[in-house]
Amino acid sequence: MFDYAEYLRLDKLPHIWCYGCGNGIILKGAIRAIDKMGWEKDSVMAVSGIGCSSRATGYLDFNSLHTLHGRAIPFATGIKMAKPELNVIVFTGDGDATAIGGNHFIHAARRNINLTVILFNNNIYGMTGGQYSPTTPKGYFASTAPYGHIDPSFDIVELALGAGATFVARSTVANPREMEKVIHEGLKNKGFSLIEVVSNCHERFGKRNKMKSPYEMIEWIRSRSVSKVKAESMEAEEREGKIITGIFRQETRPEYVETYDELVLKKARGGI
Amino acid sequence: MAGKKEFLIKINLDFCKACGLCYSYCPTKAIGPDKEFRASVVDADKCIGCLQCENYCPDFAIEIEEIK
Amino acid sequence: MGEIKFLQGNEACALGAMRAGLRFFGGYPITPSSEIAEQCARLLPCSGGRFIQMEDEIASIASIIGASLAGSKSMTATSGPGFSLMQEALGYGIMAEIPFVVVNVMRGGPSTGHPTGPSQGDIMQARWGTHGDHPVIALYPESVPETYYEIIRAFNLAERFRQPVIFLMDEILGKMNESVEIKDDISVFEREKIQSRDGRYRPYAMKDDIPLTANYGEGLRFHVTGLFHDETGFPDVSGENIQKNMDRMYRKIENNIEELQKWEESGADNPEILLVSAGTQARSAKMACQELNSRGISAAVFRPVTVWPFPEKRLSALAARSKKVLVVEMNKGQLADECRKFISDEKLIPVNQLNSEMISPDEIIRQVEGVL
Repeated sequence: MFDYAEYLRLDKLPHIWCYGCGNGIILKGAIRAIDKMGWEKDSVMAVSGIGCSSRATGYLDFNSLHTLHGRAIPFATGIKMAKPELNVIVFTGDGDATAIGGNHFIHAARRNINLTVILFNNNIYGMTGGQYSPTTPKGYFASTAPYGHIDPSFDIVELALGAGATFVARSTVANPREMEKVIHEGLKNKGFSLIEVVSNCHERFGKRNKMKSPYEMIEWIRSRSVSKVKAESMEAEEREGKIITGIFRQETRPEYVETYDELVLKKARGGI
Repeated sequence: MAGKKEFLIKINLDFCKACGLCYSYCPTKAIGPDKEFRASVVDADKCIGCLQCENYCPDFAIEIEEIK
Repeated sequence: MGEIKFLQGNEACALGAMRAGLRFFGGYPITPSSEIAEQCARLLPCSGGRFIQMEDEIASIASIIGASLAGSKSMTATSGPGFSLMQEALGYGIMAEIPFVVVNVMRGGPSTGHPTGPSQGDIMQARWGTHGDHPVIALYPESVPETYYEIIRAFNLAERFRQPVIFLMDEILGKMNESVEIKDDISVFEREKIQSRDGRYRPYAMKDDIPLTANYGEGLRFHVTGLFHDETGFPDVSGENIQKNMDRMYRKIENNIEELQKWEESGADNPEILLVSAGTQARSAKMACQELNSRGISAAVFRPVTVWPFPEKRLSALAARSKKVLVVEMNKGQLADECRKFISDEKLIPVNQLNSEMISPDEIIRQVEGVL
């Protein structure tokens, strides 16, 4: 039996997330993946921003830091620069990481600093009541899109790939075992890793879009999910609106802090 | 059936928020809703230890232990 | 006698920070502060520290907060527009009680304003820039040598009180060169290694109103948040807890006011005319004062070096004995407004100028002659 309690601050449970919230499914998948790494708990640093996703850090019995909206990645960058031996994991959301924190997200990916970013994508601002986010699908409803949403949405995987992340994957709460697997692969990568996990917010998103229960919403996610391999043989039109899952990049490129130490520290110490 | 594995279904009602995911995803209906739609054991013998309920439960409210 | 170096103000700021034990700098280029980042990029790796140029000022201050929590003495440097962007995270530092130093080399504002012109327009932003009630520590030197020593004091205060320290400079100070004697004997405050006594570590347990927060990664796992929190570091937004912690955070400063405050008095004892001025502008005021004294006019200069908490008690006592108090500053009267809390309108005369030039000694003398 898997011992979740080992990794939890049990006195903080039950957590604040709504009944059936996918965030809990992701948190559990992340815990199982972290467990596979065999890290000392003292060596793990969990950093989050603001929003529903970002409450995750408070439940984890690691070093934990709940920062400002959008800024988890730069806080984590400073921690990694100061103590590279820490295993730094960022828990963030679609709004936190791709709206207010979008700039930090792409630049950390560009640097290839060794952070594992687990991005809970529930397509909405849940904590503030259901306003549309950069990933709310076009045509759906949000509290700030009462007539239907008109913005095209971000493809977070494409964003991370374009910015230079060395590990990029997408999974969903409809497939917890696969999610665990890709998070584990991301944790293993020495560099910037992005794992987008599509999650259900039936309370703030589903109820406005004819999906009242967590089960209905998870099944809606499943019905739109297509593996990367399958998607490759699909026409562009068929891929429209689909959630393509799998590992999109897994490669080795020099890690930022290691490069700094290799090139800058050594040169500086040798005299300028 | 000889060698059939047996499982203990552990439910923590203090954490259960009655979302129904565990019993919605249980392939054998070993678990089901109680009167308040919380998780409850219907027939532990039917449990095949697939961990669907455990993996989908967002609340750390259900765990499956193999009885050795 | 120590070594004498001819330094630019910004360079002295970086060198002083290194002397104070700087280990991490995260910054973003902005005139007229960029030399501080450039110097840190050059100097930090020589002693095993690290430097990073972040994508903006928000990321810069966030990175130094992270680094400080992980045990490194940290700093960023910016100017007006960047300082505005940093305000939210500055509040995080105050709320979560994290030591670091933010340098603001003041330029003309608002907005892009005048990047290469001096100003003292951020005196009040330093005090009230971030939202909510909060105590603030801000220092403001007048010369290059004082910059070197005051930035060390800034780090010492930040570490000692677990509080961000705002280090104000101005464009004149940042860009001018002066000789600095680098003394051998300088005291540097080092963070205490925190140990858990009973295995239930509480990062916000207090000793003399200052939290005993450990560094991340040293064997004590704990939680930090920008929400109001209790001793355990976890959110507690009960009215009682908020009131208690607000009172304590203010008390942390108020009970140590003598250690925090620093000012300089020069000129006549019991002066009729008291000039109040800070930063480089105070040098002009001191020159005017010397001239006034030589003409037989009883004048003195009061220069706050710690701008926040404002040295109200001492200034109030001096002002009570003076006939007129002229507050000389390169802004619309921000220090003067603070002085209005304890100096009457009849006595208080703001002397302000916003033309991107320091107010000259002649102009100050002219103003004094006008009130005599």
